[in-house]
Amino acid sequence: MDLSLSTRNVSGPSGDRTVVEVGGEIDVYTAPKLREQLVELVNDGSYHLVVDMEGVDFLDSTGLGVLVGGLKRVRAHEGSLRLVCNQERILKIFRITGLTKVFPIHTSVEEAVAAED
Amino acid sequence: MATVELRFSALPEHVRTARLVAAAVARRAGVDEAVLDEVRLAVGEACSRAVGLHRSAGIDSPVRVVLSEEEKKFSIEVGDEAPQGPAGSGVPPARTGAATHPDPERLPEEPSGEDEMGLAVISGLVDDVEVTSDDQGGVIRMSWPTNPDSGTS
Repeated sequence: MDLSLSTRNVSGPSGDRTVVEVGGEIDVYTAPKLREQLVELVNDGSYHLVVDMEGVDFLDSTGLGVLVGGLKRVRAHEGSLRLVCNQERILKIFRITGLTKVFPIHTSVEEAVAAED
Repeated sequence: MATVELRFSALPEHVRTARLVAAAVARRAGVDEAVLDEVRLAVGEACSRAVGLHRSAGIDSPVRVVLSEEEKKFSIEVGDEAPQGPAGSGVPPARTGAATHPDPERLPEEPSGEDEMGLAVISGLVDDVEVTSDDQGGVIRMSWPTNPDSGTS
């Protein structure tokens, strides 16, 4: 399965957020597409991102690297990058790499959008 | 002992094929269903790393994956032909698993640090793993226990 990406803007109590809905597999082949999307959003001035990973079937370290890269880019603009994920097999990858301490991980888009920075 | 061997050009688009084949053979060998996700992820990480090493070194030869069904275990070997020197440079000295104090400013970002993070994922997932390399290339060996009753042989 390929990677699918869609973005939408949502207004939350802490301001505007851009939700990036990701579906399919994030691996060494597809991760560059996600990287391009995140870079484009930051270049266009979207510094508060919520990456919704509920539709992700597979995530590897290449995908983690892209998310870390996105986090670095938004932080350079005092922004934020929050993840939405409830899937145990995806959460496990964040845990074994220690990245649960780096990314705020939420159970719903609503919760992530409402979170204060 | 039944073996499936796969060789693929060092291109990112073929890594998914290797994952699917490995998971299918692992299932047949009797690897627990709950562990198949780990097999899929670990073999994907090993193949992604090998593809990256071949591409960065300009090596045209294929990446090699050997899937072996043994008596009480299922093993996978992923071999590359990227010379890494006798001391195994390029392989992290410690298989640390989870980082204790991750700092995003020091975390590996694409593409330079993927290799390290890939190995960290493999080490965190697989109990029985061995990473070796010499001037001929490197091999990642991993194995999982099998339940002889649950296989479909």
